[in-house]
Amino acid sequence: MRYVDEFREPELISKTADEIRRLAGTERHYRMMEVCGGHTHAIYRFGLKDILPENIELIHGPGCPVCVLPMGRIDDGLSIAQQPDVIFAAFGDMMRVPGTQGSPLEHKARGIDVRIVYSPSDALKLARLNPDKHVMFFAIGFETTAPSTALTMMRAKAEGVRNFSVFCNHVTIIPAIRAILDSPDMRLDAFIGPGHVSTVIGCRPYEWIARNERKPIVVSGFEPLDMLQSIVMLLRQLKAGEAKVENQYKRVVPWEGNRAALRAIAEVFQLRPYFEWRGLGFISQSALRINDKYAEWDAEQRFAVPGIRVTDPKAAQCGEVLKGVLKPHQCKLFGRECTPEHPIGALMVSSEGSCAAYHNYEYRKAAMVSLSSIA
Amino acid sequence: MCLAIPGKIVEISSDNQDSALVDVVGVRRRIDLGLLQDDKPVPGDWVLIHVGFAMSKISEQDAADQMSTLRMLGEIDGAMQEVQGYGLKDVN
Repeated sequence: MRYVDEFREPELISKTADEIRRLAGTERHYRMMEVCGGHTHAIYRFGLKDILPENIELIHGPGCPVCVLPMGRIDDGLSIAQQPDVIFAAFGDMMRVPGTQGSPLEHKARGIDVRIVYSPSDALKLARLNPDKHVMFFAIGFETTAPSTALTMMRAKAEGVRNFSVFCNHVTIIPAIRAILDSPDMRLDAFIGPGHVSTVIGCRPYEWIARNERKPIVVSGFEPLDMLQSIVMLLRQLKAGEAKVENQYKRVVPWEGNRAALRAIAEVFQLRPYFEWRGLGFISQSALRINDKYAEWDAEQRFAVPGIRVTDPKAAQCGEVLKGVLKPHQCKLFGRECTPEHPIGALMVSSEGSCAAYHNYEYRKAAMVSLSSIA
Repeated sequence: MCLAIPGKIVEISSDNQDSALVDVVGVRRRIDLGLLQDDKPVPGDWVLIHVGFAMSKISEQDAADQMSTLRMLGEIDGAMQEVQGYGLKDVN
């Protein structure tokens, strides 16, 4: 049990792990999906799989915004960046994500004006500081991040900052969960619900999963004890034949979410009829576009966007990994052509991507074991 | 991507009620309070910050817990880099 001594409250962790073993028994197999990429990272970081009994299988979900973005959207954004007097601004997570002509960082090396910002409001600040340039913010993220983009656009409009626009790639988590549940090769027993997305949307949007699909879902925090407690709550429901939404992360997630954040989303965005997700294909009403009131700040309306569609490299099996059909190391390119240093698929770029997480923790651990056996 | 960083509100701007100075383990930066307009924080309150915006009010204990979560996740450097970058400082 690696890392256990580093955990806070190790005794409580041991007790909770015992409770999981007792509840899980041995007679059946449990497949639980952690929706959020932050949870995927934490599971590998803490070696939680070493703590859980073998008949509890954690399936990594689609909740890593960088990972689910199709390569064509990166190409589209970078095509705008190549127009004269445009500054391309994005979060650091985006910088190493490959497009067909290279990543944003590689474009920067070729002389394209690419800047890292840590907040959408800093992209707006860049626009104020560079009145003779146009600043395009390449927006990504789930409902956690969409309100900040929305409020930034409301401020741009109120202040009349016209050399600023947003290339919107915001996606919504519920339709992705629905698509996974509709997928014929996916059998799941329960969900570990996302933590920080739920600070915005609250717990009610998950109720259909419990009611219609009869799957338990527990919104969870990110510490080992949080996730183990969430698994106990899920097992208790499954053992009792129940399916309901529970909130393990009450200290941060209010049941009703953040209404001011939801109002900001509603003010600026509307649902796209459909949007392509890497690995999952087109999912209806699964992403946000900028509504007509904010058309002037919508990069897709201001610039000619090629609308590039790119199929992933054939050998890369990002789609199967994203859907949980393959484990990261079962992809043909994993650890060979595709590594965190030279990523081919986005799952290898973000620390929340299951391939990078697996590579950084599990793979190294395995490598160390084989090295020590040689020595 | 989904980092949530705890910070303590030091001061609300006198000319902009949606802008506050926060302290994140000694680093002071301006953040946006616009997403908490239904439940405005006051100086001394703790908030969770995501991409430069306060997302929710939390207790001092939860703030300390969240910091230790970031530390355990190996995300503390990334979180501090993000906070230091707010306001376009130390970047570009």
